[in-house]
Amino acid sequence: MRLIVNQIEQELPDHSTIDDVLEMIKATPPFAVAVNFEFVPKSTHSEHILNEGDQLEIISPVTGG
Amino acid sequence: MNAVDCYQNSAMTIPLQNKLHSADTLVLYGETFASRLLLGTSRYPSPQVLENAVRSANPGMITVSLRRQGSATTEAHSGFWDLLKKMAVPVLPNTAGCHSPQEVIATAKMAREVFETDWIKLELIGDDYTLQPDTLRLVATAETLIRDGFKVLPYCTEDLILCQRLVDVGCQAVMPWAAPIGTGQGPLNPYALQLLRDRLKVPLLVDAGLGLPSHACTVMEWGYDGVLLNTAVALADDPIAMANAFAMAVQAGRSAHLSGAMKAQVSAQASTPLVGTPFWHQE
Repeated sequence: MRLIVNQIEQELPDHSTIDDVLEMIKATPPFAVAVNFEFVPKSTHSEHILNEGDQLEIISPVTGG
Repeated sequence: MNAVDCYQNSAMTIPLQNKLHSADTLVLYGETFASRLLLGTSRYPSPQVLENAVRSANPGMITVSLRRQGSATTEAHSGFWDLLKKMAVPVLPNTAGCHSPQEVIATAKMAREVFETDWIKLELIGDDYTLQPDTLRLVATAETLIRDGFKVLPYCTEDLILCQRLVDVGCQAVMPWAAPIGTGQGPLNPYALQLLRDRLKVPLLVDAGLGLPSHACTVMEWGYDGVLLNTAVALADDPIAMANAFAMAVQAGRSAHLSGAMKAQVSAQASTPLVGTPFWHQE
């Protein structure tokens, strides 16, 4: 299954979850996730099954104005 | 009133004014903030300078943002989370860089989870050159966020009707720009900003475009409830000293507003008593 994670194409097994992606990219807390422009709460990362072509945004705190 | 009376009245008034002003705090969405200065955390020469500037300004809130993990931006900010916890100042996440309501709403929700706060500085950019907010879609976006439980502080222009509509959909405070973000030009449209202050009763904070402490002082004298700034401090030769200068300017402007300024006069009026002037002869 092909996914776009932070604008980079990634290959994962079918039926992978958000947690699988986070583990693959070694995401470092704190972070939050959106799939196809929709926020996905942390509480559902382990059960959220991803689909071919899904676009994930995994974001972390930075300075801001 | 003679000179002696003037001094006596002045002496009697000072404690009263100090007492009045000491109870004056910024209240947004029912929450009280010790300072009317909100400070951005970007563009400082180093994390250490940022930390010291924040301590110098003692702001009511500091603004923060979110970027993709693994990007050059987040790699450069690897210690920022620990610094935030160390500074222990309330954070105001922004939606900087968002160009659509969908991006804003997703970013706001991600910010709420990461920073554990309902506060959001709503930025919906309509033009990349001026960073002017998308005024046509701002109101509906604010309304969506408010319905979702956010405490929305919208970055907007000084347009009266836009600001009124933001209030109509539930924004309990509005943040018009003084000038485009990062320009430091100060209030470009004093007439509209003062008119806005006269017409709207909700807290108003000037956000963006301030370059000097005198700019902050001026808008506070007009009755603005606070200011939000970043670049003017971060890019100063001495950000720590400039942070303190802005804090004092905000305080001075607020005190001046509460004190009631004299009306400007067209012609000169001697401040020193004329009667008794040596060598003076009435014709």
